[in-house]
Amino acid sequence: MLDALTLVTGVAALLLAAWCGWAAYRDQPTKDWHFIGMGVVSLLAVVQLVIGIVQLARGEKPEQGTTIFVAYLLGAFACVPAAGFMSLAERTRWGSVTVAAGGIVLAVLEVRLYDIWGG
Amino acid sequence: MTSVQEKPTRTRLISGPGMLLVWFYGVMVVGAVSRSVFQIATEFDRAPLAYSLSAVAGVVYGFITYSLVRGGERARRAAQWCCAAELAGVLIVGTWTLVEPSAFPDATVWSDYGMGYVFIPVLLPLSALYWLRKNRTVTQ
Repeated sequence: MLDALTLVTGVAALLLAAWCGWAAYRDQPTKDWHFIGMGVVSLLAVVQLVIGIVQLARGEKPEQGTTIFVAYLLGAFACVPAAGFMSLAERTRWGSVTVAAGGIVLAVLEVRLYDIWGG
Repeated sequence: MTSVQEKPTRTRLISGPGMLLVWFYGVMVVGAVSRSVFQIATEFDRAPLAYSLSAVAGVVYGFITYSLVRGGERARRAAQWCCAAELAGVLIVGTWTLVEPSAFPDATVWSDYGMGYVFIPVLLPLSALYWLRKNRTVTQ
């Protein structure tokens, strides 16, 4: 369950990165549709955070330690919203580049989460 | 935010590409600080040098991030010095980890020139130095 969600979130993050990278390539700032996309990816990260905590509460142990697991879950949760707010403050192509970078960072975090959980 | 309104003359360092730099520096702050806090708190004796260096890296990243967000000529110059120190740090520690791996039983942020972080630790100060140089004010 958690592994599938990690995979979906990682792929969604990469798609978001490609989409915003495309906007940056065309010299455009992030628009409403991009923010809806960021919302979807953020929602996935929230669901992942909740399910991860539920799994912990049910007594399952991540392979590389609970503290690291929770820290990465929180990082994954905060990643895209933070980049989104920064793109609100920077209404040029560079705001789009920032969100694209945010998507890539989230994808890396998902790979690490997969390892930490021990899937 | 209010300080920006009081002094509108202060050079903005986070417009355009600067915003991307702040993002990456922010990520590195969270990465380096949380990593070193965790490692120093749980297993400091295993690799004290490596963990201390990660903590120092985190503090340097934090200061640069703050300077970029604050803006202005003085912050720009301070950030420039820190980026130079950061570049020196990643080059020295990177070489050190290659020449004498035994001194580092565990990796730091700067091990192997930041290979574990897709070489961002070595690329970041270079692009930041370029960006900060471009933004210097020629007044006085």
